[in-house]
Amino acid sequence: MKTIGYIIQKEFKQIFRNKAMLPLIFVLPLIQLIILSNAATFEIKNIKFSFVDYDHTSLSRELIDKFEASTYFNIVDSFSSEKIATSEMLKGNVDVILEIPQYFEKDLLKDKKTSLSVIINAIDGAAAGVENVYINQIIQNFNKNVSVNLLQPSDKKFLPKSIVSIPSFWYNKTLNYKTFMVPGILVLLVTMITLFLSGMNIVREKEIGTLEQINVTPIKKHQFIIGKLFPFWVLGLLLLTIGLIIAKLLFNIPIVGSIFLLYAYTSIYILVILGIGLFISNYTETQQQAMFIAWFFVVIFILMSGLFTPIESMPQWAQYLTEFNPIKYFVEMIRMVMLKGSNFTDILPLFIKTLIYAIVMNSLAVWSYKKTT
Amino acid sequence: MKRFIGFIKKEFYHIFRDKRSLFILFGMPIAQVMLFGFAITNEINNVNIAIFDKSKDVTTQKIIDEITASKYFSNKQFITHQAEIESVFKRGKVKAVLVFEKDFSKKLTKDNLATVQIITDATDPNTANTITNYVSSILQKHQQQINKEIKTPYKIVPESRMVYNPELKSVFMFVPGVMTIILMLVSAMMTSISITREKELGTMEILLVSPLKPFQVIIGKVVPYIFLSIINAIVIVLLSIFIFKMPVQGSLFLLSFQSVLFIINALSLGILISTISETQQTAMMISLMGLMLPVILLSGFIFPISSMPVPLQIISHVIPAKWFIIILKGIMLKGVGITILWKETLILVAMTVFFIVLSIKKYKIRLE
Repeated sequence: MKTIGYIIQKEFKQIFRNKAMLPLIFVLPLIQLIILSNAATFEIKNIKFSFVDYDHTSLSRELIDKFEASTYFNIVDSFSSEKIATSEMLKGNVDVILEIPQYFEKDLLKDKKTSLSVIINAIDGAAAGVENVYINQIIQNFNKNVSVNLLQPSDKKFLPKSIVSIPSFWYNKTLNYKTFMVPGILVLLVTMITLFLSGMNIVREKEIGTLEQINVTPIKKHQFIIGKLFPFWVLGLLLLTIGLIIAKLLFNIPIVGSIFLLYAYTSIYILVILGIGLFISNYTETQQQAMFIAWFFVVIFILMSGLFTPIESMPQWAQYLTEFNPIKYFVEMIRMVMLKGSNFTDILPLFIKTLIYAIVMNSLAVWSYKKTT
Repeated sequence: MKRFIGFIKKEFYHIFRDKRSLFILFGMPIAQVMLFGFAITNEINNVNIAIFDKSKDVTTQKIIDEITASKYFSNKQFITHQAEIESVFKRGKVKAVLVFEKDFSKKLTKDNLATVQIITDATDPNTANTITNYVSSILQKHQQQINKEIKTPYKIVPESRMVYNPELKSVFMFVPGVMTIILMLVSAMMTSISITREKELGTMEILLVSPLKPFQVIIGKVVPYIFLSIINAIVIVLLSIFIFKMPVQGSLFLLSFQSVLFIINALSLGILISTISETQQTAMMISLMGLMLPVILLSGFIFPISSMPVPLQIISHVIPAKWFIIILKGIMLKGVGITILWKETLILVAMTVFFIVLSIKKYKIRLE
């Protein structure tokens, strides 16, 4: 026990002595949490909207006013022809073009039917879909108004039946993206810091040659590993704490569930990450190799964690792969406990999987660590 | 010159001898492009829903069938008590609950009005909002069917045309982004580490006392990585064309030119990082922790920049990846040329020059 204490002391000293690393470990992640949480939003607004009005009637003007009034659209400009408008779209200056044909009003009054054409930049397919919905909503409302204004009273013979849908958004009434993103990004930062540091740590001693010196001391395998990893475990929990305080004070994110549960889960979770880091460390020769591998897994873990894009929409095989993704579990857990107040039985499946993961990874890591070279 | 070539040879040997790193450098980008190209999408599909049907009549049954038939929803489950709503949400699998009011059909025929409550788990606002829209549109369609005999006079029909990506494939959105991220991170990381490595191992001193000029040392360090990154870029482009069926509407030559420019940009950023860090650890933390999330989040790779708060939109201008993504999408999907992309190209060139000048200024010939 005393030996472990000394190793831990040594590790902490090394961390705090490296003045270049300290801001990278503590300040950089927190700044990222504060700034980047604002960036992650799928909300579509400020759509760059432009129109080509060949009709120039009061009706066409009225329709354009409706778009102008909407908070989703920013009217960039009006163009005199479709050709100019599409070339502006090529340049990336507009994303939606509404084209009102000639005789728009006349056709509507005469044939009771007229058409419009809408051109949408669909490179971001999901955003294009949403934009299309917004446009249709505005036009449908406009339709209703026109009908009411132009309809003769005799036409209102019978009322249509209507099914009314009442949406209600639980746990996040204002549909605030930060509520969703801040806990997730916090998870990422804790994971990245602990993985990178633990992954580089032992391999660094290997590369510099000091590992050999430690190998010839009477320090036992488990003492060495525990001594090496414990400081990062503390570091991870410390980061989580600071992050939670920022989330609460700065972003006003609710913490509905039990804090104790959050910490209990996180302390096991960090073990998984440290196990992975140690494992990588054992199988690489240089810090460069270790970092490439850590980087490879982190990018995959991040993008397939359900943090930014939904897991349900992935193909089935990819969904199976995410079962091996520890970040996925942590993201799910922190959102459930923090935002919905899920209790221990709710997150039990996640808890067990993480626990098994921790045991497997750490046994592998300890098993693969050799004192001889 | 001969010395310089000798030096470059040394660097190549260094890289090719380390089989593991080499495997990682080439294998991982391919694996990532394949994985992400297939798996990442920001569409919302296969959402698990629960249904709380208080009336259980013909109309609600019909509506439920219509909802489950759509590809957006899967695995419906039925619940029978109000209290169950909370518990299914807390377990986390179900994202929405539809509540049909009592005597749904009766009310619809008698009062011409019936209500459905759409309760969503809005911890994920995007999914919540999208589900609400999906359900409402299904309900509206059903309503139109019931009201078929009443024709609504005066109708304006919008005809939408989705340009550049008519099938709304999310691959088109994500492949350029994945390519950018991989090139950026791999290139910046590789160079920053390889220079600090010499510093940390002490061999930098030997290089500095050699007759090679400092800029020759730096260029010699970077040249092999330019080659490696170009090969990576070619492989990624080939994958995106042949596996993901990405079109290349514009000129292939311009695409290659821009990729090389972006690679040099990322490499010079790597050099800059290496000049300000003393150990490999610091270099890697800056290039990994410092670059990864900003590049993913502020480049427009996943999240639309135009929806971000204004200060962040301004910050996004300094992310080289943002400009390269615009260029890639422009060339591959829109088929535009340099006449339109000159501004983005110029910005990348300016950034590259800036990184290089700054690293030359910061470059120390003496070690402390």
